[in-house]
Amino acid sequence: MTEALLQVRDLVVEFPTRHALLRAIDEVSFDVHRGEVLGLVGESGAGKSITGAAIIGLLEPPGRIASGSVTLAGERIDGLPLEQMRKIRGKKIAMIFQDPLTSLNPLYSIGRQLVETITTHLDMTDAQARARAVSLLEDVGIPAAADRLDAYPHEFSGGMRQRVVIALALAAEPELIIADEPTTALDVSVQAQVITLLKKLCAERGTAVILVTHDMGVIAETANRVAVMYSGRIAEIGPVEDVVHKPQHPYTVGLMGAIPDLEQEGDRLAQIKGSMPRLDRLPEGCAFNPRCPHAFAPCCEAKPGLYEVGASLAACFLHDPARASDAQLEAAQ
Amino acid sequence: MSGAFVEVEDLVKRFNVSKPWLNRVLERLPEQTLTAVSGVSFEIEKGQTFALVGESGSGKSTVAKMVIGLLNPTDGTIRIDGRSTSDAAEATALRRRMQMIFQDPYASLNPRWRIDKIISEPIRVFGLLSDEAAIDRRVGELLELVGLDARDAVKYPHEFSGGQRQRLCIARALSSNPEFLVCDEPTSALDVSVQAQILNLMRDLQDELGLTYLFISHNLAVVRYMANRIGVLYLGGLVEISDTKELFTAPAHPYTRMLLDAVPSVAQVGRVRQPVQGEIPNPINPPSGCVFHPRCPFANDRCKAEVPALKVHDGRSIACHAVDEGRLPIGAEAAAA
Repeated sequence: MTEALLQVRDLVVEFPTRHALLRAIDEVSFDVHRGEVLGLVGESGAGKSITGAAIIGLLEPPGRIASGSVTLAGERIDGLPLEQMRKIRGKKIAMIFQDPLTSLNPLYSIGRQLVETITTHLDMTDAQARARAVSLLEDVGIPAAADRLDAYPHEFSGGMRQRVVIALALAAEPELIIADEPTTALDVSVQAQVITLLKKLCAERGTAVILVTHDMGVIAETANRVAVMYSGRIAEIGPVEDVVHKPQHPYTVGLMGAIPDLEQEGDRLAQIKGSMPRLDRLPEGCAFNPRCPHAFAPCCEAKPGLYEVGASLAACFLHDPARASDAQLEAAQ
Repeated sequence: MSGAFVEVEDLVKRFNVSKPWLNRVLERLPEQTLTAVSGVSFEIEKGQTFALVGESGSGKSTVAKMVIGLLNPTDGTIRIDGRSTSDAAEATALRRRMQMIFQDPYASLNPRWRIDKIISEPIRVFGLLSDEAAIDRRVGELLELVGLDARDAVKYPHEFSGGQRQRLCIARALSSNPEFLVCDEPTSALDVSVQAQILNLMRDLQDELGLTYLFISHNLAVVRYMANRIGVLYLGGLVEISDTKELFTAPAHPYTRMLLDAVPSVAQVGRVRQPVQGEIPNPINPPSGCVFHPRCPFANDRCKAEVPALKVHDGRSIACHAVDEGRLPIGAEAAAA
């Protein structure tokens, strides 16, 4: 296989607070290949948005990358000076945020915002940039694009605004787009339109996408591979088909059971007891062990690494060949 | 059918969204009204769950607020157990029998009040218990009923997680022994694993206490799990009322079909689809005729001109000319076609 576009290795993000040093991301590693959609799912506080922010260098201070590396197309991009990072941001990596109303400047027309982005990153005159802006708006499905160029964000509906944001993200032909909950603020019928559009445009351009969301349904329909996060670590990563239909980590199993599905009759939902621990009160060992129905001795002692199960990797001692027999023994007792 | 526990008839809510008087005079503008809810009627049997689903701006929360009495309807009647809520004396008597659970458990608990004060407030307001020790005991019982600890009574809301806070809201709602709960998106602020806990809890409580729910949600999967009967709202009007099973196996109204098709599902990995175009229109200038016609693949000239009424087809109510004329087969007919 060719080298991955983005390689994240042992990424650790820390937030120093008055009381303690909080580890929001704890040794997270994954690859994103060209043209691939990687889903990052997890509940609130799992660290999925922080992972995206760390990659694009938008961590809010005092948050910082404490160790590990982020490599884009063979080049280290973590810890770059501000000026160099600004050239990568928007040009090589673009970001789409959750709320299209707050990610557009309400005082500038959308044309001006698009032209500004294009001329910053590409060597174009204003007239060329305007022409490119029109074609981008046409690509994202905005009717009468040339006329709407001088409209302001408040003149667009929610779904149309998110299309404009996608056009902005695509403006400089980035290699990677980080989409942080791009459809959470939208209604289902509009969400379907935006997801279909994002999928189509990225497939056409070979753009890689990191799709951060809490909605497993969106991931199932959009992503090629998915990483499930829990308390700042990857619990399971693998092809979307496997993770959704044959989840290996007890947390993923619980998560899948907890989602009410349209296809099922109203049986009782499976529930995971308790809730995700706070970062300052992480349990010893595997962070999931107090809620895990299969927890056994080593779970309270050490953090599990990622073990291979089929085509997926799961961070669970149940899948550690050296320990699996212990787990069966304990279950039998 | 008479004798339903909750009967809502021709409920209408119009909001005045005109500019200030001086602007209207200077700019010669007419008054503007926004019809948030137009002629909504439904019934809920005792011990059942009726759900209202719809996208943002469809008027589902406005209906909920009118039913509970937080908004006055412009027109129409709401009767609960045969008593009209527009009658002041009867409304006061009904107050204790109905409660509401809100969407955001962070905003609906007073951060400066202790949990025992929050939960006992309805008990004190309605004067249900006067003995302090009895109130404390009742608060402890309620906390245990919703899966918390009686000792949590001395804590403050910030010490609880989102799911626990929603449990507190449920405990508060149950403290006046209500029979009818209006739940406005009770789980949409929660994570899925916590959502499952709250939904299971709400169903257990319904079985245990014989509660009647009006359940508002935009999430069809959640509604399928909770409701016996579902009303689908579009731009302030009901387009379809069906039993849950029928609605999901054979949606009739074109909007319901579209909505069901748009929901991303974990069962359909990598599905490719053709989403319906367009968005919910502005309710200040609704389209003529059937308000769904600009987005409807089955619309014809009649749909553009004439507003369809809710008509009963095999025990379900549908407001659609195409279904009415037989252009769009439903249920068993659709399966046969």
